[in-house]
Amino acid sequence: MRKMALAGVLLVIPIVVLLWVPHYAKVEPKLFGFPFFFWYQFLWVFICSALTWTAYKLTLSARGKTTHKVGEDR
Amino acid sequence: MTPQLSVMAADTGGINGVALAVLIALFLLVTVAGFMASRFKRAESLESLDEWGLGGRSFGTWITWFLLGGDLYTAYTFVAVPAAMFATGAVAGFFAVPYTIILYPIIFIFMARLWSVSHRHGYVTTADFVRGRYDDRVLSLAVAVTGFVATMPYIALQLVGIQAVLEVAGLGGGDNIVAKDAPLFIAFALLAAYTYSSGLRAPAVIAFVKDILIYVVIIVAIIYLPGKVGGWEAIFGAAQDKMDANNVAAAEAGLPQSSSFVPGSGAFWAYATLALGSAMALFMYPHSITASLSSNSRNTVRRNAALLPAYSFVLGLLALLGWVAIAAGTTPIGLDGEPNAQLVIPQLFEDMFPAWFTGVAFAAIAIGALVPAAIMSIAAANTFSRNIYKEWLKKDATPAQEAKVSKLMSLLVKAFALVFVLTLDKQNAINFQLLGGIWMMQTFPVIVFSLFTRWFHRYALLVGWAAGMVYGTIEAYQVVNPVTGKHFGGSLALIPGIERMGYIAITAFVINVVLAVVLTAILNAMKVSNGKDETIPFDYFADADDPRVQKDLAEHSTHDKEYGDPDDIPGNAPAR
Repeated sequence: MRKMALAGVLLVIPIVVLLWVPHYAKVEPKLFGFPFFFWYQFLWVFICSALTWTAYKLTLSARGKTTHKVGEDR
Repeated sequence: MTPQLSVMAADTGGINGVALAVLIALFLLVTVAGFMASRFKRAESLESLDEWGLGGRSFGTWITWFLLGGDLYTAYTFVAVPAAMFATGAVAGFFAVPYTIILYPIIFIFMARLWSVSHRHGYVTTADFVRGRYDDRVLSLAVAVTGFVATMPYIALQLVGIQAVLEVAGLGGGDNIVAKDAPLFIAFALLAAYTYSSGLRAPAVIAFVKDILIYVVIIVAIIYLPGKVGGWEAIFGAAQDKMDANNVAAAEAGLPQSSSFVPGSGAFWAYATLALGSAMALFMYPHSITASLSSNSRNTVRRNAALLPAYSFVLGLLALLGWVAIAAGTTPIGLDGEPNAQLVIPQLFEDMFPAWFTGVAFAAIAIGALVPAAIMSIAAANTFSRNIYKEWLKKDATPAQEAKVSKLMSLLVKAFALVFVLTLDKQNAINFQLLGGIWMMQTFPVIVFSLFTRWFHRYALLVGWAAGMVYGTIEAYQVVNPVTGKHFGGSLALIPGIERMGYIAITAFVINVVLAVVLTAILNAMKVSNGKDETIPFDYFADADDPRVQKDLAEHSTHDKEYGDPDDIPGNAPAR
């Protein structure tokens, strides 16, 4: 159950961060000519993907501990 | 994926012969692939919705990745997102990036449950699920009609995407109405024919071609073009200058300053609510559900939630091409001589690329329209045959009859979309599509909340949905385009209580949920029946390789009784 809760937290992080617009709606610091606003959101594409993949792995390993097992004939 | 944009009209001077030849060659290639697709993961018969409409629920991680990518990131997106960046900047255009990032954690949370319960009960649409969850035909019909109606203008917009390419390629000119629209007509007739014969397998195969072309074109464009216009510093500089100039001109004309380089404090709510609302609404659309349910296991969707952001990255790059066009001085002029921002990306490609590669880029966009148009028409048709035809018109329809109705309906919705685009102002399709997003969002509580709990009362959900629909429609009607003076001019309005501009869908959604909660509390206290639930907790975790599921599915195909509950939990379907 703790793993499922952790997976839930990992999934909520990118939603909260990207909806909190004021913290990234600015031009400086620039990276390769890109204003912060743009490269920061591009960066979150990768972070979010990694978080989602981690959450996926967590749900897989947690699944064995739920009452509903794969292949269980009940 | 819909940027908030007003379109004007559409020219570009002369037919680009080489580009057109490449475009036609690639188009013929996917047409052949579309017809051959019926042999892909071949089934004994295509005469059921499971086979024709969901590809046998057999698609693995990679096919689903291409299919969902091809489905969600539509041609219209590829035309309109950079067009919005070009015309009014980051709030209207770049919100597509956070939107398609937070989309995936959201679907990760609920899509596996929807997949499992649909797999076990043979649900093809979300309205099927709602029917099973509450045994309520009216609530199910509400979900079905919302999805069907909202999908129609979306299909029409795919045509707008093809038209943009054809216009820049120099086709579609002249006063002869037949010659003018013939290319579009032929393209859609071919699409309709192979969708009819191959079902969902057609877009699944074509999606490979489409997605590879899109990746190649955008990666080449993003590496090659900035150097030709002076680098990213120059591009962002030119964009900032244009947006500032836009706002100065708007202020002088007494219009709202709606252009933005980076969102200012007044636009934070708009940016966030557009991203959140669009993300929550997207997977309520029938075409998203169809592509998700065609996957072969509940984990396929979850793996894809981590892999699909690759498309979001490409979409972000594409959005920036709208600003590359500003630095390049692209002037998109339609065949009628009027400026048309929608043409900016095809025009940029034609100006900057060698003719043969322009053809490849045009093909990427045109083929990019075919995949979502096919899936949308299949999804709308499935919704019609399952939740309207079988539920209300012919209760004893066989799977073969369902598939037949679905196939005919897929032709009809495409014909409708064609008529819509050819006879009405394109702006209507765009307005209706914006409205469609607001509507789809109102089915979120019925579908997603019900996947997790039966606490909500079916009548409360219905009233909440109706209130959200009415509020959303009225608010959207009241948005007047300051230039043309027409209604349905956008999807932003003041959020009551916050007094900032925000996405109307979110405000309507809040009203929807508050009503649903309050009425549920009252109806539950009054002990009004909440219908009979044919699903059991186990259904929401069931996976494809589960022998218990296999056994139930096999038994279920020979009778029409409910699925038995192995636990015999009180209130659930009885054990058999």
